[in-house]
Amino acid sequence: MIVAGIDVGGKNVHVVILKDGARAAQGASATGIQKAQAAERLYEETLRKAGLKREEVGCVVATGSAGKRVAFADACIADAAADARGVNRLVPSARTVIDVGAEEGRAIKISPHGKILDFAINEKCAAGTGTFVEAMAIALEMSVEEMAAISLKSSTSIPMNAQCAVFGESEVVSLIHQNIEKQDIAKAVHDAIAGRIASVARIVGLEKDIVIIGGMAKNEGFIDSLRKEIAMDIPDDPDFVGALGAAEAAAKGLLEEKVAVKVVGQEIVEGGEAS
Amino acid sequence: MVTYKTKGLDCWKRAKELRDRYYKDYKESPSRGGLRWEGGAWSFDAIPQALEGEVHGLSEEPYGASIAHDPELQVRYQEAAEGKWGCARDLCSYMRAYWGSVALNEYAFGGPWPHADFIFQNQICCCHSKWLQVADEIDGGTTPYFCFDVGVGPYDKIGDRQIEYVVAQLYDGIAFIERVTGRRIVEEKLIQNVYNTYRSNCYWAKTCELNQAIPAPLDEKTMFSLYVLGTLEKSSQAIADFYEKELYPEIKDRVANKIAAVANEQCRVLGDSQPPWGFLRIYRYLEQYGIVSVANLYTFSLIGWMKVDNNGLLVPYPTLEEQGITIKDRDHALRLLVEGELKGKLMWAPFYGATYKNDLVTKIAKQWRCDAAIIHLNRGCEGTAQHQMQLKIALQEMGIPAMTFEGNMADEREFDEGRVMRLIELFVTETLGLKKIA
Repeated sequence: MIVAGIDVGGKNVHVVILKDGARAAQGASATGIQKAQAAERLYEETLRKAGLKREEVGCVVATGSAGKRVAFADACIADAAADARGVNRLVPSARTVIDVGAEEGRAIKISPHGKILDFAINEKCAAGTGTFVEAMAIALEMSVEEMAAISLKSSTSIPMNAQCAVFGESEVVSLIHQNIEKQDIAKAVHDAIAGRIASVARIVGLEKDIVIIGGMAKNEGFIDSLRKEIAMDIPDDPDFVGALGAAEAAAKGLLEEKVAVKVVGQEIVEGGEAS
Repeated sequence: MVTYKTKGLDCWKRAKELRDRYYKDYKESPSRGGLRWEGGAWSFDAIPQALEGEVHGLSEEPYGASIAHDPELQVRYQEAAEGKWGCARDLCSYMRAYWGSVALNEYAFGGPWPHADFIFQNQICCCHSKWLQVADEIDGGTTPYFCFDVGVGPYDKIGDRQIEYVVAQLYDGIAFIERVTGRRIVEEKLIQNVYNTYRSNCYWAKTCELNQAIPAPLDEKTMFSLYVLGTLEKSSQAIADFYEKELYPEIKDRVANKIAAVANEQCRVLGDSQPPWGFLRIYRYLEQYGIVSVANLYTFSLIGWMKVDNNGLLVPYPTLEEQGITIKDRDHALRLLVEGELKGKLMWAPFYGATYKNDLVTKIAKQWRCDAAIIHLNRGCEGTAQHQMQLKIALQEMGIPAMTFEGNMADEREFDEGRVMRLIELFVTETLGLKKIA
């Protein structure tokens, strides 16, 4: 049985193809603005890498913030649901999943079977996401990778109070004007985002084992800061876990369950009205 | 899957007529020689409504909610409050909408802002007394203003001392109203208004109690349109009659005949705080999964008077008739009015601590047989948003799955519909394991 999972996030798209339960191929690329096309392109490319043809794939499940844009997918599941399934496959003992991607930071409490028991998500704000780190890297005139590396050299703790990317950037600029070393500012940024993510995670409780996934799990600077607050594990290819979970969903025949049946609830009234 | 019978409410049209007439009467009152006053949904309207001659009130929160129901209007009014008056966006969003309406000299029900003859307000949450003080300043700053304090403690700590404290202020309030209007408070009208207040509040509570039935005869979205009448003018004969003689018997009949609010009811949820008024379609979306919102402390007890009985159960507060009480005179009426509001309005209890909110809401969850909770983290109302995260934990500890979503009852700029729907879908499909049903 061949199935595929496609995770279309805010910045990147990831594809995982499973053949008889094993990973046959995987690929990642930038999403860009044309998300549907990016997903299509990467899917084709990953199929080629696996030596497979489209018609050989029995089921494709999409996920991610733009998952519903993948027109050729047979179904779309919520990103947290994909996370839960992916982590449950990789780390069956995991009970708390932290996923920090480009546009969302979330914590999920899962059962031994990968069922979502509770979740918390940073609300309508970039300050708990990879986008925040990216914006701060731009302010520091370096890449995210460079920023991660230099922050590890800092032993200074500078509080950053801004709770949003816009004010965060002006706070970074202000620190630059105070001649604070870039490595210290970089660490301050990572500490700030780690603190915010830890707060979100504490909402669902920090039941062990705790696993972190998503693109930010590859950011050493951020992980170093977060580890001061939470002891956690990082699976291999943490940014592919969503796509893997979507592929798992496809493999486990969840497709049928997800097909929406048209429903018309009988309206008791013509529509409620505000008090 | 079980499918229940369902039908619209017979009294729905009457409820709409009462609401429409309320706002129309307020607008037209001066043309008939009537007086107008402003106050809160929690104000003791029985008192100003006992003035001789015609008098009509404008209840501030429902007016704010009416604005919020129209997303275009709410943003225009919010921006007016911010732009013209520099008001901060973290203040009560009903209040900001109200201020915007005054600032633009627009009445949401047509025409210019209808100036009040006096303000009669009470203070329980952080903004009530200032709400109308500022509204009046925006309106010219000449309206006589009286505010009294009812923050004397939760329902289980009310004794003679607390009642006396509020009653004494009401006497001052009566003197104020008579002085600024040149009219007197008619004792017979006051007594009748207190009877009516008890009937409105107690029969709404009895109606809410009926929603413990499976299937629920009412869904919360419909309840919003019904409890509003009590927030407008619970002391009126017409509204008390509506609750006692039309709504309650009809809902009783629905329960007896298993007439459901939602035909495919399979999951009963609990809400908290006011909803995001511009996005009530959330409730219709939930129905696609057979989910019915059946209970909410706010929806029940904003006007519904309840009490905790000897068995620890939430039950409707008894009417005066059920208590065998006949009101003797003005003083007796005022004391009974205050006693009912302080002891029966459980909605106020959470202002005194998370323990109260957790205790009351977990009782509701059990008695109304809720399977899950969907909690609106309402940025627009600091009062009702208090303790919501503690509540979530309390519900989860008793085995009720609970989710939260951020929004604002009256400021759509703080509500991300796509994101909220995504969260709700996640909760419904993954945590509750429900599927869309035909």
